[in-house]
Amino acid sequence: MKSFVELYTRLDRTNSTNAKLSAMREYFRKAEPACAAWAVNILSGRRQKRLLGPAQLREWLAESVGLPDWLVEQSYAHVGDLAETAALLHHTVKAASQDGSQYASVEVGLSAWMERLLLLRNLEEGEKRQWIQAQWQQSPLAEGFVKTKLLTGALRVGVSQTLVVKALAQEYDLPTAVIQRRLMGDWQPTAANYLDLIGPDDGRHDVSQPYPFCLAYPLEKDPATLGGAELWLAEWKWDGIRAQLIKRQGNIFLWSRGEELVMHSFPEIVQAAEALPDGVVIDGEILGWTFASDADAQQEMDEVCGKPLPFNQLQRRLGRKKVGPKLLGEVPVILQAYDQLESDGISMCGRPLLERRSGLQKTLSYAVSPHLRLSPALQGSWEYLAGLRHSSRERGVEGFMLKRLDSVYQAGRVKGDWWKWKVDPYTVDAVLLYAQAGHGRRSNLYTDYTFAVWEGEQLVPFAKAYSGLADSEIVELDRWIRKHTKERFGPVRSVEPVQVFELAFEGIALSKRHKSGVAVRFPRIQRWRKDKLVEQADSLTLVKSLVADNAL
Amino acid sequence: MENILRLAHQGIYCPAGDFYVDPWGAVEKAVITHAHADHARVGHKKYYAHPDCIPILHHRLGDIDSEPKAYGEEFQLGDARVSLHSAGHILGSAQVRIAVGDQVTVVTGDFKRTPDPTCAPFELVTCDTLITEATFSLPVYRWPNPKSVAEDIFTWWMNCRERRLNAVLCCYALGKAQRVMAELMRFTDESVVLHGAVLPITQIYRSQGVQMLEGRPVEEGENYAGQLVIAPPSAIGSPWIKRFGRHEAGFCSGWMRIRGNRRRRGYERGFVLSDHADWNELVNTIRESGAQKVMPTHGRTDSLVRYLREQDIDAEALETVFGESEE
Ligand SMILES: [Zn+2]
Repeated sequence: MKSFVELYTRLDRTNSTNAKLSAMREYFRKAEPACAAWAVNILSGRRQKRLLGPAQLREWLAESVGLPDWLVEQSYAHVGDLAETAALLHHTVKAASQDGSQYASVEVGLSAWMERLLLLRNLEEGEKRQWIQAQWQQSPLAEGFVKTKLLTGALRVGVSQTLVVKALAQEYDLPTAVIQRRLMGDWQPTAANYLDLIGPDDGRHDVSQPYPFCLAYPLEKDPATLGGAELWLAEWKWDGIRAQLIKRQGNIFLWSRGEELVMHSFPEIVQAAEALPDGVVIDGEILGWTFASDADAQQEMDEVCGKPLPFNQLQRRLGRKKVGPKLLGEVPVILQAYDQLESDGISMCGRPLLERRSGLQKTLSYAVSPHLRLSPALQGSWEYLAGLRHSSRERGVEGFMLKRLDSVYQAGRVKGDWWKWKVDPYTVDAVLLYAQAGHGRRSNLYTDYTFAVWEGEQLVPFAKAYSGLADSEIVELDRWIRKHTKERFGPVRSVEPVQVFELAFEGIALSKRHKSGVAVRFPRIQRWRKDKLVEQADSLTLVKSLVADNAL
Repeated sequence: MENILRLAHQGIYCPAGDFYVDPWGAVEKAVITHAHADHARVGHKKYYAHPDCIPILHHRLGDIDSEPKAYGEEFQLGDARVSLHSAGHILGSAQVRIAVGDQVTVVTGDFKRTPDPTCAPFELVTCDTLITEATFSLPVYRWPNPKSVAEDIFTWWMNCRERRLNAVLCCYALGKAQRVMAELMRFTDESVVLHGAVLPITQIYRSQGVQMLEGRPVEEGENYAGQLVIAPPSAIGSPWIKRFGRHEAGFCSGWMRIRGNRRRRGYERGFVLSDHADWNELVNTIRESGAQKVMPTHGRTDSLVRYLREQDIDAEALETVFGESEE
């Protein structure tokens, strides 16, 4: 545990990528495989099980430090992190009790610690409480913090999976793509798996194993600078769930980009895949779909044959053990296939896109199902495509994806071969109505905002946004909020309706769950419109007209 | 408070002695606890302060009429018997003890009880009414041993040097900067580079006999690498900092106890070194003073007041303007 706590401290103290890499490499070099496996799991941000709820921990914390509940609450509100609060309070109490500065904690390895945590669930309430309180009381500051973080399943240290993969790749002299592939899917942190992870590259992998997704950067220049349009494949940029469909040895797997198996959520896609030949992996996008009637389909100028449902509809299909017939009828789904990564059990990633696409077309011809289709390839000059791009909104897409026809399928986000050529976001001028303190590093600042638009004489809340302001603006706005608070409701303050902000968002849909009647996608602050008066903010009517623009 | 001190327009006022303690408006007689800007302001007719405080007052406020009062030396102002007692906050900092009849009130000013080689240690003064600072009055604030903090600073400096980076340490120019330079003498006798705001105050400290590392001013055209640079926090993000090229920035403050405070301000390193009392020091000092009435001033007074009341100590917040520019 000590060495992991030290690693955490080193990672937390630097913003430099190189320093983070060398700290991780040093850790992996010395760590037992079982501990290193857990470190990979934790550092790469895999979801840890939350073993105890925050309410319970707070109660036990107050009892353990012998301070009044309200004071523990105020401390927590001030610090913004429960694990940190627990560690700090125990540190203070320890000093006050003057029982010397020696801590009695016994050194256990990270893996032993994690295994012990998993056994907690077998304990009774009172035993759990005693055990946790003893841990708090025996652990030095940083160790107490990390231990509690692991208990609540939320240790974040400012490294991504990509960086962990890079550190391992450098340390063990392996291609990053190999490590990334091995880590994909349902990777379990065991010593054996860790040794496989860093073992020599022999090309073997298990039947459910997906490939790391190839991702694109946004195109910020004129597409003409990319060379002739004939060198590129243009596709609609669908706004759904990126997924990989795998059929190997008669088994079908459907992975989301979040590396979750989602077969249960989308049975019609799995069923459609039954007809595919064995040993194929398809990269595509799951979309909620409105199928065009035959008559409409006749008139369609391209091969789309219908239109995606808003993302909030697709979301209803997620996180269910079983999808009932009602939902299957209301939100039918399709997989728009982009690419084929494996054919006959052999990786196609090194082959050019043109070849992979023709393979994909052939593969899909086996499955005669409306739920499995080829994402249409769009062809024409850049001028033609630029014109066609204007119809993105009414088609319910975000613009185009551009992929070089001779490009190989790479792992992760790469520049040059793939680009997102998105349409400009929607923008609305809205009024700041409520503010709430942020979490973690922003816990002492009001950084979470609710915005409203006019409906007659009333301001109706319609979007929440966090990001988009510069740090100096956040501080300025925080000060303003504190001075112009109207009311407080717990952690939330209502403020005088004065400040106008330009909000940008990617999508909009009608929603019964929202008071305003609309739900927006990826809202963020574009600009602080200090030049605008509150009366000049936009109306709900205007916002709803954007839905119409986006409608079926 | 009703008896000895009350809150007036210009600050905390003693009617029996017709004087103020750390007033924020211009007055005839001001007893000054220490030279920080929120406590010592310009415009008073007469300043009473500790002899070590007075040169700093002159540096900051120019030509003022000051009268030095040693720690423990009782002097009469009207019907009040007044004396200064060491507060351990910065050089020349004092608590003010005011006795009228058989009642005693103490104003702590800013204070701390952790050891500091640049100033006299805190002296506990018993009283009936205690007016205390409350800058860090939440139990999450507990200070680590300053020696180990100084060691961390030194290790960081050496670590930056290995990577040919300068280590820019942000400290408040009066008190903290000098404390760091004194603490670092345990580890090195190298000189450090001082920002223009830190230099003159350091000279005053040195002329009062405080032992510290040598500090040298920034020289135009010099190429700095692997140096420790001590600057006020305002220097971060200013053009001044550019001359140090690639550097890491650290901040020395009690606020650095909280991880989010450090990350939000964008410092790579936070060093928990404060010239104020931490939670335990506040609570212990209040208990040991024997005061029947406690009035916290600046800081999170609400939590301390509530806590004390639950401990059956009569407490009430006193709204002042202190603590707006410090730590
Ligand atoms: Zn001060």
